[in-house]
Amino acid sequence: MADKILKELTLKIWRQKDAKSKGQFETYKVNNISTGTSFLEMLDILNEQLINEGKEPVAFDHDCREGICGMCSLFIDGRAHGPDDDITTCQLHMRKFKDGATITIEPWRAGAFPIIKDLIVNRTAFEEILQSGGYISVNTGGIPDGNAIPISQDDAEEAMDAAACIGCGACVATCKNSSAMLFVSAKVSHLAKLPQGRVEAARRAKNMVAKMDELGFGNCTNTGACEVECPKGISIANIARLNREFLSAKIKD
Amino acid sequence: MTILNSKIPAGPLAEKWSKHKAAIKVVSPANKRKLDIIVVGTGLAGGSAAASLAEMGYNVKAFCYQDSGRRAHSIAAQGGINAAKNYQNDNDSVYRLFYDTVKGGDYRAREANVYRLAEVSGDIIDQCVAQGVPFAREYGGTLANRSFGGVLVSRTFYARGQTGQQLLLGCYASMNRMIGQGKIEMHERNELLDLVIVDGKARGIITRNLVTGEIERHGAHAVVIATGGYGNVFFLSTNAMGCNGGAAYQAYKNGAYFANPCYVQIHPTCIPVHGEQQSKLTLMSESLRNDGRVWVPKKKEDAIKLQKGEIHANDIVEEDRDFYLERRYPSYGNLVPRDVASRAAKERCDAGFGVNETGKAVYLDFKYSIERLGRDVIEARYGNLFQMYEKITDADPYNGPMMIYPAIHYTMGGVWVDYNLMTNIPGLYAIGEANFSDHGANRLGASALMQGLADGYFVLPYTIGDYLAGEIQTPRIDLSHPEFEKKEKAVSERMSRLYNVKGTKSVDSFHKHLGHIMWDYVGMARNEEGLKFAITEIQKVREEFYKDVRIPGELNAMNIELEKAGRVADFLELGELIARDALNRNESCGGHYREESTTEEGEAKRDDDNFTYVAAWEYQGEGKDPIVHKEELVFENIKLTQRSYK
Amino acid sequence: MSSFLGSSIGKKLIMSLSGLFLVLFVLVHLILNSFLMFDSTGELFNAGAHFMSLPIIRFGLQPVLAAGFLIHIIYSIILTLQNQKARPQKYATQNLSESSTWSSRNMFVLGGLVLVFIAMHLLHFFIPIQIHGNVHDDYQLVKELFTNGSTGLIYSGLYVVGAILLGLHLAHGFWSSFQSIGFSNTIWRARLEKLGYIYAIFIGAGFTTIPLYLHFFA
Repeated sequence: MADKILKELTLKIWRQKDAKSKGQFETYKVNNISTGTSFLEMLDILNEQLINEGKEPVAFDHDCREGICGMCSLFIDGRAHGPDDDITTCQLHMRKFKDGATITIEPWRAGAFPIIKDLIVNRTAFEEILQSGGYISVNTGGIPDGNAIPISQDDAEEAMDAAACIGCGACVATCKNSSAMLFVSAKVSHLAKLPQGRVEAARRAKNMVAKMDELGFGNCTNTGACEVECPKGISIANIARLNREFLSAKIKD
Repeated sequence: MTILNSKIPAGPLAEKWSKHKAAIKVVSPANKRKLDIIVVGTGLAGGSAAASLAEMGYNVKAFCYQDSGRRAHSIAAQGGINAAKNYQNDNDSVYRLFYDTVKGGDYRAREANVYRLAEVSGDIIDQCVAQGVPFAREYGGTLANRSFGGVLVSRTFYARGQTGQQLLLGCYASMNRMIGQGKIEMHERNELLDLVIVDGKARGIITRNLVTGEIERHGAHAVVIATGGYGNVFFLSTNAMGCNGGAAYQAYKNGAYFANPCYVQIHPTCIPVHGEQQSKLTLMSESLRNDGRVWVPKKKEDAIKLQKGEIHANDIVEEDRDFYLERRYPSYGNLVPRDVASRAAKERCDAGFGVNETGKAVYLDFKYSIERLGRDVIEARYGNLFQMYEKITDADPYNGPMMIYPAIHYTMGGVWVDYNLMTNIPGLYAIGEANFSDHGANRLGASALMQGLADGYFVLPYTIGDYLAGEIQTPRIDLSHPEFEKKEKAVSERMSRLYNVKGTKSVDSFHKHLGHIMWDYVGMARNEEGLKFAITEIQKVREEFYKDVRIPGELNAMNIELEKAGRVADFLELGELIARDALNRNESCGGHYREESTTEEGEAKRDDDNFTYVAAWEYQGEGKDPIVHKEELVFENIKLTQRSYK
Repeated sequence: MSSFLGSSIGKKLIMSLSGLFLVLFVLVHLILNSFLMFDSTGELFNAGAHFMSLPIIRFGLQPVLAAGFLIHIIYSIILTLQNQKARPQKYATQNLSESSTWSSRNMFVLGGLVLVFIAMHLLHFFIPIQIHGNVHDDYQLVKELFTNGSTGLIYSGLYVVGAILLGLHLAHGFWSSFQSIGFSNTIWRARLEKLGYIYAIFIGAGFTTIPLYLHFFA
């Protein structure tokens, strides 16, 4: 358990000035990194180094640093959120790397997620999908008691499994087709499993899929890579449910 | 000294809110359409307020510095949300929740506000269920509850260890619905840098677009600040990296009073600091104390061996374990409130019984509940927390105790507001953690979510109408007004000033330095000498900051260092304000512990004769000492007693 | 309806249904081909081939089958082009082997290779038997291809490769078809995946065995 020191690491990082500029990889070295350090702390150290050298630090998205806000988004050595399972980049620790390693760090790459700067991408497309139907249409107030409709524990748990999505975009980043099906299906499933959400389930599935298609995400080919890289372990069984919900809704049209 | 008008309605406690609601003005639907409201921050308070106000018909403009409203740090709340539903039939009631909250806050909160909070708590649960929040359920399909520190009933509702996330996604979904309908104009990656006040009323804000670097003007008939707390003054805290006191601090600089800044909550169950490279502290939910037992070794030689890594916790036999919370507080045991648990941990570690290499950690052991309930039950309850712990520390909490230590977590202090949640600046509101109102000197577990949502769903939407009813004649705010121009220029100059220092040290290095001063002298135990020292030290750091900070990159483009610099500039002033308030309050209460004010047994001692008031600080200008105003706290329903959890 | 079939899930439905149809077809095809191994006189196989040349099959079912193939191919092209467009800039390093199977990622390539094989296959058998109609003994035609001196071994090898490609295509395609129409959940997924692998192995092994049997034992 005791932390070791990684004497030297080589970092190949994607640098891009802004959305319009052409980007390229830059190579940096960092030294004496404790294995107990988190990956983002290692980048903090690099940035401190760059600032001291008078260079511009690497821009990357991050916020809560405890794996729940969904803001961090790096593609590390060819994998979304790096070489560990069920975690976000901020929870990745340097003990997963060997001394002397070269680490490649890229932004999420998808047409629907354009790069803003360096490793930061624009995930507004996810917002637009949710705005098209990822909710239950109730206003504040005038609501019946929370226990008025019993919900079976299994349904509540299944809804919770899907609702655990943090909207980080790792599914899109990982999918060879940049498909957003896991993201969309998680929200559709979460709400479809609850009696409160059932009411507008058909409308929701249709609107969200239409928006998803419109925004230029790819098509799902059921490779299942998304669920493996999803930091919250959201299952592609949700995608099957979305397909079911969508097809049955469309057939009734 | 001004007397602050808290506008608490007259009448019996239980009727205050309903009578007040009946008495305040409302705005007609036709007029709501003509009124704009700015909501800054999209956490539980801001998100729920923005959604509710938009549903009512107001035009809402919402702002957050993150790339999505869903990222607000409310999302990280793990344990749960309190509500006086009495579903467990354990004799819970609105009064009991009210009483627990006032007592837990060490009698430094307003009775009327807290009672209202308890009153609306049940509605919050109903609202969230209707939005599709997947709360934990019993086999029969009813809502499940768990218990939390500082109370004797089971009133906490939860969604696994991700309650904050699910509640936030609930109001975020409601916001999305309103954005989709065009009732909310959402501004992501946009940070408030100043307020615009026209003729004494809040009329807009100046923001910086974090993508383009442009300074923007936004006008509205009312401005709501819902930007959370300022715990990041301490550098290391459980807050998100971007959490900042900026909006609240700008309100203060524009004349709003800042109340009780010294009330900072230190959470007892965080993963201990591992080294200098650490950027933040991770909280382990307080709910863990339901089933975990806190201990350190009884013998110092065992502690020394543990610190050197010569033995493992499991090597220490039962008789040599000191379950110090159970020993000192037999009736509440491991479930004492956060401030008590934190200080007790510090006391043991300071006495040399800490258990990790830095000597700053205690054990939280699940061995006993695994033996009693089985591993499956513990896994079902805390599986994700245990996994998180293992990912961070590389140690398996199923086969050995967790190590925990207190860390800065929540700020009870904040912008001063009256009963309507309006600051002393007309039209400027503060809700959620950003205001000071409901938690007194210490917040109970699972009450932050409750307060944020109470303010946003059920309080502000009514009380703001009382003010806006007088604004229906005011046309859309004119953004070319000289005040907007002046403030925009001031913000540009502030940014240029920071950018043009072109010194040698990074923003983070100053922030870390400030954090060290704050933790060492304005942290868990404070004294006069230390606080005075801290004030002068902070001033020195601030001076150096403006001489030697280095911000690479461009001024008018995305520039993360510049963003941080703006926040740290605020922290460097806010830190001093915290220290001043702590110095002023020569008593120990809740999260504020003055070494000069203790009982013979070493427990915190309140001084009700001299300090039963809210300290509201008024800004006097750069380099000038702020003035303190006092709002006396009147307790008509609860008798003040020295808090005891023994 | 156009928004239905134009949607990503609608297109997947078409892929899935045409795929399932072809899954059934290869099973029928394999059963018929297996006749080659059970009767060395060729009578059984010839009877089967004769049945397949009946007008009702030729003019009733063959167009449906051809349409199934065509639709499956056309939609695969449409979907693949869209998928390519969804990521204009590729990753410098992408490690997908941790998270998905090779065949699931290469369905288009596998399908394309299967198509090349099918083209060759049509040239060998379908055109002489069904179009020209000048073959008197279908069994002899097949047997000669696989046993005829030096080329027999090459053709046997090519047919074995074709069978393996088809097996790989089915290894993902089978369960994927069910997933796309929504017939899957956490329980059924594992079952369907297993069933898919069994089916893929069965088909692949079946089509592998026949040319080898003919080459070495007939």
